[in-house]
Amino acid sequence: MNVATLDFSIGLRCRVCGKLYPKEAINFCKDDFGPLEADYDYEAIARNISRAKIEKRPKNMWRYRELLPISGEPSVGPQVGGTPLVKADRLADALGVQNLWIKNDAVNFPTLSFKDRVVSVALSKAREFGMKTVGCASTGNLANSVAANAAAAGLESFILVPASLERSKILGTSIFGSNVVAVDGTYDEVNRLCTQIALKYGWGFVNVNLRPYYAEGSKTFGYEIAEDLGWRFPQHIVCPMAGGSLIGKIHKAFTELNKVGLVDQANTCKMYGAQATGCNPITDAVKTGKERHKPIRKPVTICKSLAIGDPADGYFAAKLIRESGGWAEDVSDDEIIEGMSLLARTEGIFAETAGGATIAVARKLIEQGRLPRDEEIVLCITGNGLKTLDALYEAIEPPVNIKPSLAEFESLVVGHEPIVA
Amino acid sequence: MPVKIEIPSPLRDHTGGKTEVAATGTTVQIALADLVSQFPSIASKLFDGGKLRPYINLFVNDEDIRYLDDMDTAVADGQVIAIIPAVAGG
Ligand SMILES: Cc1ncc(COP(=O)(O)O)c(C=O)c1O
Ligand SMILES: [Zn+2]
Repeated sequence: MNVATLDFSIGLRCRVCGKLYPKEAINFCKDDFGPLEADYDYEAIARNISRAKIEKRPKNMWRYRELLPISGEPSVGPQVGGTPLVKADRLADALGVQNLWIKNDAVNFPTLSFKDRVVSVALSKAREFGMKTVGCASTGNLANSVAANAAAAGLESFILVPASLERSKILGTSIFGSNVVAVDGTYDEVNRLCTQIALKYGWGFVNVNLRPYYAEGSKTFGYEIAEDLGWRFPQHIVCPMAGGSLIGKIHKAFTELNKVGLVDQANTCKMYGAQATGCNPITDAVKTGKERHKPIRKPVTICKSLAIGDPADGYFAAKLIRESGGWAEDVSDDEIIEGMSLLARTEGIFAETAGGATIAVARKLIEQGRLPRDEEIVLCITGNGLKTLDALYEAIEPPVNIKPSLAEFESLVVGHEPIVA
Repeated sequence: MPVKIEIPSPLRDHTGGKTEVAATGTTVQIALADLVSQFPSIASKLFDGGKLRPYINLFVNDEDIRYLDDMDTAVADGQVIAIIPAVAGG
C-alpha cells in the first residue's frame, strides 16, 4: 500500500463554528478566530486498523499512526513514545488507594518529557509543508524538544522562552544549536510575540501555526495507557495542565479508540486537572464554576513548566473536566516538592515540578473524597526531575559529609549490626 | 497624530491589504469603532453580538487590555493597538 494513503486526516475543523479547512499551517478559523483541530475519516480508519496490526509495530508512538495527521512516514522523532506504564503499589499504599498506575513520560525519548510526542508530529508536518525554519514559545520542555528534534532533522530553530526559566531548561535548549531568545516577560507575552513572528515570517511555530498538528501528538499518551492496560480505559486520570491541551487529547484518544473499534468499552473516564496555586487559571475556573478562565497576569510558582496564565485550551479543559465528572485542584510550591519526593521515595521515579503537582493534587483529591480509593487511577508524569533541580536545592537536605573513615561512617549508622563483629 | 491599529494578516483582506490603520479615539472601544467605520466588513470578524470575540486579544503598547481597563482602556495619540489571534501556545 502507498504509505501516503495512511493519512486519514481530512483537514482542520473549527471548534467554534465547525468550518473545515484544508491541511495547512494555520491554527485559527478565519471567521471567528476559533481553534482548529484535526479531523479524520474515522470509518476508513476503523476499516484499516486492528489491535493485531498495531501490536506488530515497534513500541513507539507511531504504532497509532492512522490516528495522527501526517502523510507518509514520520520524518521527525521516529522513536518517540512507548514509555512505561508502571503499577505504583508503594505510592498507592502511601496515598491510601488500591489501584494506581503511573504513565511515565519522564523517560520519553529524546528530551525526557511528553513534549517529544507533540513535536515529532508538528515537525514532521513542518517538513511536509517544506518549512526550513521552525520554533516555539515554551515554558521549557517544549523548548528542549523542538531544539533537539529540529537539530536531528537539520532544521533551523528559533526558541523563545521567558528569561526567568530554570537554567537547566535553557542550557538543555542551547546545546542543540538553536537560536534561543530569552524574553523579559511572562510566557503569555512570549507566546503573543511568537504569534506575531509566525504571522510575519511564516516559520513553523509548533504551538502557533502548527498547533493543530502539534496537539494531536498528545493523543498517543492516551493510546499507550489504554493499550498497556490491555485495551481498556482507567476510571480516573490525573493530568497536569498548562495550556490545557494534553488533558483533552488523552480523553480524545480514548473516545477515538472506542470509535474505531479498538476498545469496546465506552469512554467514561473521569479527567482531573492539576496546576500550581501560583498559576491556576483552569483549576480556578473549575472550582468556582466559571465558564471562561480568568487569566493570571504574573504566575508565581516553582512549577514553571505549567506557568501559563492565559491557557489557549483553558475553556475546553475546564468544560471537559466538568462534563467527564472529574475535578481540578491546585497545590502550593511546598506541596509540589513533597509530591516530587513522595514519588521518588515510593516508586524510584524522579519527576519534574509538574509531576510533583500531579502527585500532590492526586493526594488532595483523594483526601477530599473526589478520587475514590477503590477505583483505578492513572497519574500522568510528563517530565523529568533532572530538568528542574533549581526547585530543589533549598528543599532537599544536602548529604552528610564525612572523612573517608570507617569510624565516622559508623557514627552515622548506629542500630545496624555488622555481619562480622 | 492618531492611534495606530496593527492588523494581523488574516484580517488584511478587510483593510485593503493594510498592515496598519490610523484611527482616532480616546479608548480602545472608540478607536475600534473608527476602524469599523473605515472598513465595515471587519466588524463581524472582530465582534459577535457587539462583544469582542473570545479568541481575539487586544494589546495596547504590548499590554493585554484585560489587565488594563478592557475596552475602556485609554489610548493616546501615537500608541499602538495590536489585534492578535489568541489560540496559540501550550
Ligand atoms: C512537563 C509538562 N507537563 C504538562 C504540561 C501541560 O501541557 P498542556 O500545555 O498541553 O496543558 C507541560 C506543558 O508545557 C509540561 O511541560
Ligand atoms: Zn470558526
